Order: sequence, then structure tokens, then C-alpha cells
Amino acid sequence: MDIRELQGYASFFMTIFLVVMLYWYIVYLYRSEKKGDKDYEKLGNIALDDEIDSKPIDTSSVTPREKKEQDK
Amino acid sequence: MQSNAALEYDYSVAKLFTYTTILFGFLGMLIGTLIAAQLAFPELNYLLGEYGTFSRLRPLHTNIVIFGFTLSGVFATFYYSAQRVLKVSMAESKFIMFIGKFHFWLYFVGALLGVISLLLGYTQSKEYAQFEWPIDIVIVLVWVLWGVAMFALIGIRREKALYISIWYYIACFLGIAMLYLFNNMSVPTYFASGGLGNILHSVSMYSGTNDALVQWWYGHNAVAFGFTVPIVAMIYYFLPKESGQAIYSYKLSLLSFWGLMFVYLWAGSHHLLWSTVPDWMQTMGSVFSVVLILPSWGSAINMLLTMKGEWNQLTENPLIKFMVLASTFYMLSTLEGPIQAIKSVNAIAHFTDWIPGHVHDGVLGWVVFMIMAALFHMAPRMFKREIYSKKLLEAQFWLQTTAVVLYFTSMWIAGITQGMMWRAVDEYGNLMYSFIDTVTVLHPYYAIRALSGVMYLTGFLMFAYNMYKTMTSSRELTEEPQFRSPMA
Ligand code: HEM
Repeated sequence: MDIRELQGYASFFMTIFLVVMLYWYIVYLYRSEKKGDKDYEKLGNIALDDEIDSKPIDTSSVTPREKKEQDK
Repeated sequence: MQSNAALEYDYSVAKLFTYTTILFGFLGMLIGTLIAAQLAFPELNYLLGEYGTFSRLRPLHTNIVIFGFTLSGVFATFYYSAQRVLKVSMAESKFIMFIGKFHFWLYFVGALLGVISLLLGYTQSKEYAQFEWPIDIVIVLVWVLWGVAMFALIGIRREKALYISIWYYIACFLGIAMLYLFNNMSVPTYFASGGLGNILHSVSMYSGTNDALVQWWYGHNAVAFGFTVPIVAMIYYFLPKESGQAIYSYKLSLLSFWGLMFVYLWAGSHHLLWSTVPDWMQTMGSVFSVVLILPSWGSAINMLLTMKGEWNQLTENPLIKFMVLASTFYMLSTLEGPIQAIKSVNAIAHFTDWIPGHVHDGVLGWVVFMIMAALFHMAPRMFKREIYSKKLLEAQFWLQTTAVVLYFTSMWIAGITQGMMWRAVDEYGNLMYSFIDTVTVLHPYYAIRALSGVMYLTGFLMFAYNMYKTMTSSRELTEEPQFRSPMA
């Protein structure tokens, strides 16, 4: 098997692998919403409520900076 | 957050890039219109000596619209919207302000040097990568500065989740960084030869088929990460914000993002079908190009569904009209591209006018429309004045839409005619037409394209005038509009 052929096989199997990953990602997205870990659709509001003094939309955890400001 | 009561978003860098978007947009399209006219009326090649020939001006056109106009638009919208979706002002960090301004000025100087060098005929002769090595170095620095500003802003954000637009801007940053570096690897001949020849001259580090492969891996993904990814970033912010409707499906936006990242990078070899690259690679280019429809339409349909139940806005708000048309043209060109990448279709389409036809339904209908709509949305917020004229906006919309349709339909007909004539053989297998036969037949279509250029350019001037008046003399606003941009 020469290098060209090897490259062809490598590309093929990598593609299969990435396709599996992509489908797995769909499952992951829906699962984590179902379990209540994440609420992705809520994040769409980040574009709508974007004043500098409005509350962050994502409350699942705080950024280091927020923590500093809260601690003050 | 009491302490932030007086804090405001700082748009000074976004404003600077807005000015260059308009400047380079005008210049690039002026040259585009001129070269379109030259193809129809060759006498126009001799207006300015060597500086006015088609061969000198064509790379000037492509580089100004890509690196001048589009990138300025990307930077302007980034510095505007990133602050907002991260809920952090540039003014909060002196460092970020400095980097932002430095980014702009270095970019501007680099762009001017680039324009001058191309006009003087210095070129690496690689499409969309014509700049010689010293300018490449400036571009790399500019890019690094953008990255520093981007990640510094992200680092001090208040909104933990990165909004989908930010993902796309990051992908634009990383994608172009990788592509640009690899494709522009070259050896400056002056230094390599111990002082012979011109100091600006260089040769590519790759040769033959490898050079072609790297070039089109770059060229196609320049479309992906320059004309698609950051424009999707824009529409994901500006369409929801202008319409007051959150994205239809945030999960779909995430999935299409990864789909796009995964598929796009493998499609570049469709530029080299029927050439000397390995057969499997050509097939892979074709297959991935067809699969690319899925993530592209995933984003586009997501945008159209965002307007669900609110379609009345399409008739009431011209900015919504611009953005909806932009996503529709995105769908058109991401269907057309895969069709052209099918090997049998490509045998007719390659090297014909159908290709520039495809390029321009994408760039004129999608990229330019989206950038103009974004800047119109930003103007009332940045300059605290309402948009100067709704009537002008409407007129511009129809003029430019007609122009785009004239451009791509004329090039469709021209391209397919050309492809068929080149391949036509008589019963003995002899070619039926000579090259000049095709030129004669195509003349009317070239004239129509030149006309469409004049119309589109006029529309762009209407945009520039409307923006200028909005900045300087429109009615002042007392408070920032929440969603719909106010216009007179
Ligand atoms: C008034 C508007 C415009 C006109 C009249 C125009 C005209 C032209 C012409 C005549 C060519 C050369 C085609 C050939 O060699 O056969 C060209 C190429 C090109 N233009 Fe434009 N252009 C316009 C706007 C734009 C914009 C806004 C962009 C991008 C943002 C753009 C991107 C390109 C690209 C990428 C090519 C190279 C296409 C290829 O190699 O196949 N153009 N344009």
C-alpha cells in the first residue's frame, strides 16, 4: 500500500469518526436539556437582552469576574 | 451592579471600521464595475496605462472587497456586537481599548500598502493571496491583534455563555489564521539568493499539484471563513435583535456550527476537479460539497424560521427585508455551489462565467446585504440618531436586488453557453467553435453584467449617503431603541 492509498483510507475513517461524533452531539444536546442540566433555548435571549446593566441570561454558573463583583 | 450605572458600551473602534467598510466597499465595487465594463468593451483597458488594465485591476477588485470591505465589516460588527452579547464594555479596560485602536490603525496602513503594492504590480500570483511577504507579515500582526482583543473581551465578560455569534467570530479568527499562514508560506528570493532581484519578490514553498491543493484548500475556505462564518455571526445577532425575536432553535444553531466546521474544510478540492490531484480527493471534494448543503441550510432555515409569526415585519421594516433576502441568497448560493461541484456539471461549468456568477449571487446578495443591514442597525445606536431616510433605503433595496438578479442570470446564461460551445464537436470530432466565436456570442451578457454593476454601485452610494446623513444630520434620539431601528 503506498502513501496515497493510505491517505485515502485515513480520510475515509476519519470521516466516519467525525460523522459519529456529530450525531452523538445531537443526542448530547437533547439529553442534557432533558436532564435539566442545560437550557439552550434560553441562550437565544442573549441577543435580545443585551444592555450592559441587564442581568446575564446564563445563570447556570458565574464567571470569575462576576464572583469578584459579588464578593465586593 | 450599582457601580456600573454610568457604564456604556464603547463604539469608537466599531465606528472607525464602519468608515473603512464604506470606503473600501465603494472603491472595490467601483473597480468591479470598471472591470465588468472592460470585459464587455475592451477599449476601456487603455484609460490609465498599465494601471488600468484588467489584469492589474482584477486582483485589486478581489482583494479590496475581501480584505478591505468584508473584513472591515466583520471587525466593525464584531467590536459592536461582541461587547453587547458578552455584556462588557471596551471602555472597562484600557488595554482592550488600546489594542482595538492599534488593530484599526495597523489594519488601515496595511490595507493601503496592499492596495498600492497590487497597483504597482507586486503579486505572489495566488488567487486571494496575492500580497507579497512584507504585507503578509502586517496582515498576520493585524490578525493577532484582533485575536488579543477578542479573547481579552471574552476573558472579562459578564455573560458566561458565549452567544452563538461569538462562536462564529472565533471560528473566523482561527480558520483564517490557519489558512492564511499555510498558504502564504514562501521564500523571499532576495534573501535566499544572497541579494539578487527585487526584495519584494518571493516564491511559494510548495510546487506543482501540492501548491494547487494548498491554494484551493485556502481559496475555498477563505470563502468559508471570510464570506460565510462571520456573516452568519452577524445574522445570528442582528436579525433577532432587529426583529425582537429570539433565534428559532438555538440547538440547531449549535449543530449547524459544528456541521459547517467539519464539512467545509474538506470541500476545497472541488476547485481542482478533472486536474492532476488524486482521484479520491476529487471525489471527496464533490461529496463534501454536496453534504455542505445541510449545515448551510440549517443556519439559513433557522434564520427564516426566526421570523415565524412576524412576517408582517418584512413589509414594514426594510432592514428585515435586507436580512431575509440575504439569508435567501445564502440558500441559493449554497445550493448552486454543490451543483457546480458535481463532476459532470463541473466539466461544463469550470473556467466559465458561471463561476463569477455564483460568486456574486453569494457576495452581492448575501455578504454585502448583510453587512449593510448590520451597519444600518448599528448606526442609530452608535451615533444616537435615527436612520436618515426609509424611502432611500427602500429604493436602494429594489435597485440592488434587481442588480444582483441581472448579474447572476446573465452569467448563468453566458457560462453555460460558453461551456457548451467549448465542448461542441462535429461528427468527425473536430471542435465546432473557435474561442472568438464564444466571445462574440457572450458580448450582450457581459454588457448586462456591466449595467448590473452600475446599478449595484449606485445602490451602494445610496447606502453611503444614507449612512453619512445618519451620522451627521438626522434627528437625534433621546434613548437607545430596543429592537426596531428608528428611521425617518
Ligand atoms: C458592483 C459590484 C461588483 C461588480 C460589478 C463585480 C464584478 C466582477 C468582475 C467583472 C469580476 C471578474 C470576473 C472574471 O474574471 O470573469 C469579479 C470577480 C470577483 N469578485 Fe466581483 N464585482 C462586484 C462586487 C463584488 C463584491 C462585493 C465581492 C465580495 C465581497 C466580489 C468578489 C469577487 C470575487 C471573489 C471575484 C473572483 C471570482 C473568481 O475568481 O471566480 N465582487 N467581480
